[in-house]
Amino acid sequence: MTHNESLDRERVQQLMMAALDGEISTDEQRELDALIAAHPDVAHEWQRFQRLKEVTTGMSLRTPPEETWDRYWQGTYRRTERGIAWLLVSIGTIVLFSYWAWHAVLAFFEPGSDPLGIRLAIAALTIGLVILAVSVIREKIFTNRRDPYQKEVIR
Amino acid sequence: MDTVTPIGETDMVLVRQAQAGDAAAFGRLVERYMRRAYFAALSLVGSREDALDLSQEAFARAYRSRAAIDPERPFYAWLYQILRRLCFNFLRDRRTRARVLESAGAWLADDAARRAAPNPADAFEREERRRMVAAAIESLPAREREVLALKEFEGLSYKEIAALVGVPIGTVMSRLYSARQRLVQALEVER
Repeated sequence: MTHNESLDRERVQQLMMAALDGEISTDEQRELDALIAAHPDVAHEWQRFQRLKEVTTGMSLRTPPEETWDRYWQGTYRRTERGIAWLLVSIGTIVLFSYWAWHAVLAFFEPGSDPLGIRLAIAALTIGLVILAVSVIREKIFTNRRDPYQKEVIR
Repeated sequence: MDTVTPIGETDMVLVRQAQAGDAAAFGRLVERYMRRAYFAALSLVGSREDALDLSQEAFARAYRSRAAIDPERPFYAWLYQILRRLCFNFLRDRRTRARVLESAGAWLADDAARRAAPNPADAFEREERRRMVAAAIESLPAREREVLALKEFEGLSYKEIAALVGVPIGTVMSRLYSARQRLVQALEVER
């Protein structure tokens, strides 16, 4: 197929897809028939698609056992329960951890509580954990913002 | 694939009841769309266990954010947005993708192909072609595979696919063309 033949490639593709899927109008079918008659490469491509359609028409998705449907809503409901449970556990953990951390900071700065070496080790451990947490959270947020499937690219 | 809708129990009514705190009403929405959601996930991720897991998770997320559902709009279209994002994120994970590719078409039924074949040799050839096409479908880019599955397995019209996926009809057709081109090439390479 060359540019000299002034064949609108996109149009041919759309006509072939519409014909394969039974969404073609009478006028469009005539247009496709004329293209197939005039262009051997279009005719060849059309035959290949027809052969493929024969195969895919005979395919279906495998049905799961009937018990799957009987248990489906219960499984979904358990998930919603667990979601609420995780939310409550997370809130409780954050509040308790914050409370503990506040007391730990107060104790850390209290004079003569622990030897200097131990206090420095605790400080290093705490700073390290904070950096790790910030890094993980930042990665999560960054990944979500750049999710390629959040917005469709319109061609 | 959906169950019969009792009179008066439209999606709109059930969504409103669910938003008012009626979990049973949401349960009826789940029963109405569970098969469709499961099969949509299955055609995308190609594993029955994962399809079950992802479709249930989509319903659970929908339930948690039910306050945001617009009862005037089709419930399934809203659910599908959650489901497809879950499936795409799942496919993006390379570890899970490698596991899915091992399934090699186990998610597709072949009874129609067997019925159509007049003798064992033809049946074998058809089965081989089916296996090749299934493997090629599994290696399609996710968005082409999605459109192909909605057309071939759900039997939706271009207009319905465009509405679900949120792209123009022309994009649906070009994705279908691209997907089928890849499948045709896969069939010819194997010969």
